[in-house]
Amino acid sequence: MTNTAEKTYARRRGNGKRIQVYFVLIFLTLLCLIPFFILLINATRAHPDIQKGFSVFPGNSFFINLHNVLHNENLPVLYGIRNSLLISFLNALFATYFSAMTAFGLHAYEFHGKKLAFSFIMLIMMVPTQVYSLGFIRQMAAMGLKDSFIPLIVPAAASPTVVFFMKQYLISALPLEIVEAARIDGSSEFRTFNTVVLPMMKPAIAVQAIFTFVFAWNNYFLPALLLDSKNKKTLPILIAQLRSADFLKFDMGQVYMLITIAIIPIILVYLCMARFIVGGVTLGSVKG
Amino acid sequence: MPGLSHGVKKRKSVSYAKWGYFFIAPFFLVFAVFSLVPLLSTFYNSFFENYMVGLLHIGPKFVGLENYKTIFLNGDMPKYMGNTVILWLMCFIPQVVFSLLLAAWFTNASLRIKGQGFFKTVIYLPNLIMATAFSMLFYAMFSDSGPVNSILMSMGMENPYRFLANIGSTRGLIALMNFLMWFGNTTILLMAAMLGVDPGLFEAAEIDGATSSQIFFKITLPLIKPILTYVFITSMIGGLQMFDVPQILTNGNGNPSRSSMTLVMYLNKHLFSKNYGLGGAVSVILFFLCAALSALVYRSLTGRMERGQA
Repeated sequence: MTNTAEKTYARRRGNGKRIQVYFVLIFLTLLCLIPFFILLINATRAHPDIQKGFSVFPGNSFFINLHNVLHNENLPVLYGIRNSLLISFLNALFATYFSAMTAFGLHAYEFHGKKLAFSFIMLIMMVPTQVYSLGFIRQMAAMGLKDSFIPLIVPAAASPTVVFFMKQYLISALPLEIVEAARIDGSSEFRTFNTVVLPMMKPAIAVQAIFTFVFAWNNYFLPALLLDSKNKKTLPILIAQLRSADFLKFDMGQVYMLITIAIIPIILVYLCMARFIVGGVTLGSVKG
Repeated sequence: MPGLSHGVKKRKSVSYAKWGYFFIAPFFLVFAVFSLVPLLSTFYNSFFENYMVGLLHIGPKFVGLENYKTIFLNGDMPKYMGNTVILWLMCFIPQVVFSLLLAAWFTNASLRIKGQGFFKTVIYLPNLIMATAFSMLFYAMFSDSGPVNSILMSMGMENPYRFLANIGSTRGLIALMNFLMWFGNTTILLMAAMLGVDPGLFEAAEIDGATSSQIFFKITLPLIKPILTYVFITSMIGGLQMFDVPQILTNGNGNPSRSSMTLVMYLNKHLFSKNYGLGGAVSVILFFLCAALSALVYRSLTGRMERGQA
């Protein structure tokens, strides 16, 4: 009797706790989602409607806003999308390919200074770009690379966090016997890397390609300092321009639409592969 | 036999060593050209007077540590360092509290939280959002005639609340955005740490009659301390770099009265106005702060790897 009473009590207490937990979880979920809800609603409304006040119902100006912002003469949005896509894609390519190479070199071979090289890579993992951006910008100007995409793409070939992640992956996924077997078949080391090792690293490459792409897509600091000509600017720079323009005279439908263009594609891709991406966070365990 | 195979191994490692260098060469070459040389040149620049007055170029003239003295004595550096620390703490404290709570709940088998996949997906989502766009969105939402004020006024407020004219609410918005962008990431890291704790320990504690808060403070917390340290230091390094969110929200001026101006915003200002001397000094100080913190991360990471937990 007392036993069952105790059990019901425990269960009721458990339920009470569960309700508290769900309350907090739902609160945080709303906090995360409401900004995007407001964004999507307002992206569908015309400027005068937005000025009248907020409504929870979408308007019917989505395509008008989209058309207006894509053809805005002061804001080269189409170029921005193209530039952002190009830079982000090439960043993902450079970062994954050369990091895979570096990780493979450190994993599969014995050579002098190997330990030192790896320690060095781990040590520079946390050094942010900002601390050397001054020298970087001046050097790019001296090399004639200011206002060029090269300084925004090539440095991705030295991505210490990606190397670290891939090295960890190789330890668990690449037995060195496979490299030796390819050697016996007469394959050169570089060919073995490209045709045998790279395909085996696909899962690690995919995770890191997504992270690098998103990072480059969102990057604002260096591109803003390097890119000058109107048609070379990336989306974050255009958003900053919109912010510094006289905001209230601007068509708010276009403002919300530009933010939508910058955010929603990433959200859609994320939702399709969320499990995969969230899993990748802990695998790397070094994303700041 | 063992001697023979040892010999073969040794010979092999010698003959293939050059391939090791071949594979790691691009990384170090690119790093040297695009990071190391710029870093050294940043240091070098910090010892020169070198700036523009209108179209007039002053310097470069060697001034020793004069630039460092300037940014400390005119009060800029201490003020912006203080702002950065305040903004970081305002985001970090709630972030750690909520992340610890969520991670403990998600990993607590007896709570049986439903829809975990959904919640994890949602809370990680803001981490991938373009910070400039997110900040612009908040600027639009919290502007005087924006949706938030429109909702507040429909609820009976008479005048719009001017979020960006008050120090507290401006800093609060920046902290809120950073919180939303990072608490999901931290939760997932802490969850991984908590799942690594031997469940037998929890069971034993429960049998001994420990309450759930006792279990949390006496077992979970001490055991995940390494990851907690890692989260703390990496977040601090991230906090030092805080730029996009306050830059866009305050249009680069850190107002009201420069109370939201961070170190990197200050650096960015010097880079845009081409004051390479002062900009260099700010960079060098930032570098040493980050380097000290990185050394701590490095120690905790290598420590973990040696114990086979990385």
